[in-house]
Amino acid sequence: MVVRALRDEGVKYIYGYPGGALLHVYDAIFQQEEVQHILVRHEQAATHMADAYARATGKAGVALVTSGPGATNAVTGIATAYMDSIPMVVITGQVMSHLVGEDAFQETDMMGISRPIVKHNFSVSRPEDIPAVIKKAFHIAQTGRPGPVVVDIPKDMTTPTERFEYEYPKSVKLRSYNPISRGHSGQIKKATDLLLAAKRPVIYVGGGVIMGNASNEITELSRLLNYPVTCTLMGLGAYPGTDRQSLGMLGMHGSYEANMAMHHSDLILAVGARFDDRVTNGVDKFCPTAKIIHIDIDPASISKTIKADIPIVGPAQSVLTEMLELVASAKKQPDEAALKAWWEQIDEWRARHGGRYRTDDSELMKPQQVIEMLSKVTNGDAYVCSDVGQHQMFAAQYYKFNKPNRWINSGGLGTMGFGLPAAMGVKLNFPDADVACVTGEGSIQMNIQELSTCKQYDLPVKIINLNNQSLGMVRQWQDMNYESRHSHSYMKSLPDFIKLAESYGHVGMKVEKYEDLEAAMREAFALKDRLVFMDIYVDPFEHVYPMQVARGSMRDMWLNKTERT
Amino acid sequence: MRHIISVLLENEPGALSRVVGLFSQRNYNIESLTVAPTDDATLSRLTVTTIGDDRVIEQITKHLNKLIDVVKVVDLTEGDHIERELMMIKLKASGAARAEIKRTADIFRGQIIDVTPNTYTVQLIGASDKLDAFISALGAANIMEVVRSGVSGIARGEKTLSL
Ligand SMILES: Cc1ncc(C[n+]2csc(CCOP(=O)(O)OP(=O)(O)O)c2C)c(N)n1
Ligand SMILES: [Mg+2]
Repeated sequence: MVVRALRDEGVKYIYGYPGGALLHVYDAIFQQEEVQHILVRHEQAATHMADAYARATGKAGVALVTSGPGATNAVTGIATAYMDSIPMVVITGQVMSHLVGEDAFQETDMMGISRPIVKHNFSVSRPEDIPAVIKKAFHIAQTGRPGPVVVDIPKDMTTPTERFEYEYPKSVKLRSYNPISRGHSGQIKKATDLLLAAKRPVIYVGGGVIMGNASNEITELSRLLNYPVTCTLMGLGAYPGTDRQSLGMLGMHGSYEANMAMHHSDLILAVGARFDDRVTNGVDKFCPTAKIIHIDIDPASISKTIKADIPIVGPAQSVLTEMLELVASAKKQPDEAALKAWWEQIDEWRARHGGRYRTDDSELMKPQQVIEMLSKVTNGDAYVCSDVGQHQMFAAQYYKFNKPNRWINSGGLGTMGFGLPAAMGVKLNFPDADVACVTGEGSIQMNIQELSTCKQYDLPVKIINLNNQSLGMVRQWQDMNYESRHSHSYMKSLPDFIKLAESYGHVGMKVEKYEDLEAAMREAFALKDRLVFMDIYVDPFEHVYPMQVARGSMRDMWLNKTERT
Repeated sequence: MRHIISVLLENEPGALSRVVGLFSQRNYNIESLTVAPTDDATLSRLTVTTIGDDRVIEQITKHLNKLIDVVKVVDLTEGDHIERELMMIKLKASGAARAEIKRTADIFRGQIIDVTPNTYTVQLIGASDKLDAFISALGAANIMEVVRSGVSGIARGEKTLSL
């Protein structure tokens, strides 16, 4: 019933790892071909693969893990999806129902463990409920503010010898769950008036625009108004990164011009963003002169940390569509002179500090150079799946995303080990696309075993390992706040990544000089059907800048190792 | 400020733990909590009293509403309402104190529901501050045991919390 329900839901791939509690389900998988199972090497990778599929397509990915250790191994992946509001269905095996609560072999209370990190969870208590529960799980995961849903299935619910009526429900209705389908028209009208009256506006775009499929609408609205746009780490790609109106990312490692513009603005239009602490910096000093319009599908995100002047609860796409119509037909248009002055100011900020880094203070390659090269070699068109650390920030800053759903990273939880499985999940579903995993020598080792899965299923991703021989992000904080006492941020005894890749049957490439980078990278991407592990040696002492000064305002930033605003 | 929040909840296993989990996970405080099924067997009614400023209370109601098992939420303290709590209190009651306790219980309209030669058990129903007042009127020396139900509340007038 489980497998049939997944098939009827239209699921093509599931990512998983078998075990005692799931043997009946695995036997059913064996006897059909429509739902294909991908065997990972660690359950965490299964969840990240499912998650990345969802990030790239907007549809829920599915992971299947056994009870006990299988389920607990999946916890990091569930939390990762939860923090970034990613739709996912995780099916966990459970011990036989009569053993639940008895500390049976491989029993863990997955309902209890997962409760704070899921949108919802279900425990199946009658086999005949399985189709309806699975339908509900997908419905809840994919609608409203998306999120992961766990379905815990005791082994005796899947006994093959017991037969039940099977019918997959066409739709679901839950009296206690009615996701909102449009925003309040009065609020939208008020917001539009305020928007049109702004003299120093900024449009602040979050991951909700990407998950809410509203990139076209936000792009159209921004262009129509000629207002500057800044994206959060999760929102990159929602508005074309190479466009003149794009200020790049904002926040802790946001661009100088984005953070300055936010601070000095008189109006912020926030869409699908949640005023995260990595964006706002000190909330009491946040954008003192700005009025705030906040569009979000989740009422609880509005006025959580920063009070909104005009809250609008609703899906980004429909709200923005209404706004677009109002703007297009409005008599009053934006104050052109004020906007011109605002753009001059922004261009001045941009010219002063926009996106520059030094290349003359080290013999070694700079990580930023590598990302810029990646952007060039792939025409800004690749799926870039990142791990967590300095390399992630460099990728966010220097890869110019022109399309949504291409930048795939763990923003909210910051999960090292996410990158490789994520790249695999994307590559499997988009076999013709260029898929890069940008990682560091620390992060890649958290799920390195998946190189084996890549071999088994022919997943020729390109691993861009920015090897700074240290846990760079940790080291940077130690440099800045702990007088460079590098407590355990240095990795001795790194493996020979080239040999390692080769031992898994892949291609390894070592790059130590900038002169060799372009040719090597082009060669790697030309090897269409091989996984290439590019081990690229970069300056271990480089820091990510700008960096906001803790608890300051948005404009309080370190611009390099010695200079601050 | 103190708020009384009433919740209609699917009468499902695990539903209560989601509510309680939400409070601990997000660091909201629970002063008291009561829960029981309603006339509709598929629904439970839960009342939670909590303390917080407007921003916190707004977040609490929003997050409660987000829980899939929660059908409806209302902050009773936003309108006219009635709150009641039940207390049973066991008291040392011998000698002169015995008559004094009886008198105090009468003033508060409490009922003596169990008697031994040396104790009284008094039942008292009212708003929480009335129960508090009764406790302080008796003095700590006489009190052997206190059990309180936590607050239940209902809106005044024709307003109802139902499907
Ligand atoms: C699972 C996990 N453990 C610890 C951390 C804390 N952490 C954040 S960045 C980082 C260093 C990452 O090192 P590396 O992957 O080499 O990237 P770099 O910063 O050097 O580019 C650490 C340890 C984390 N984010 N995730
Ligand atoms: Mg590193």
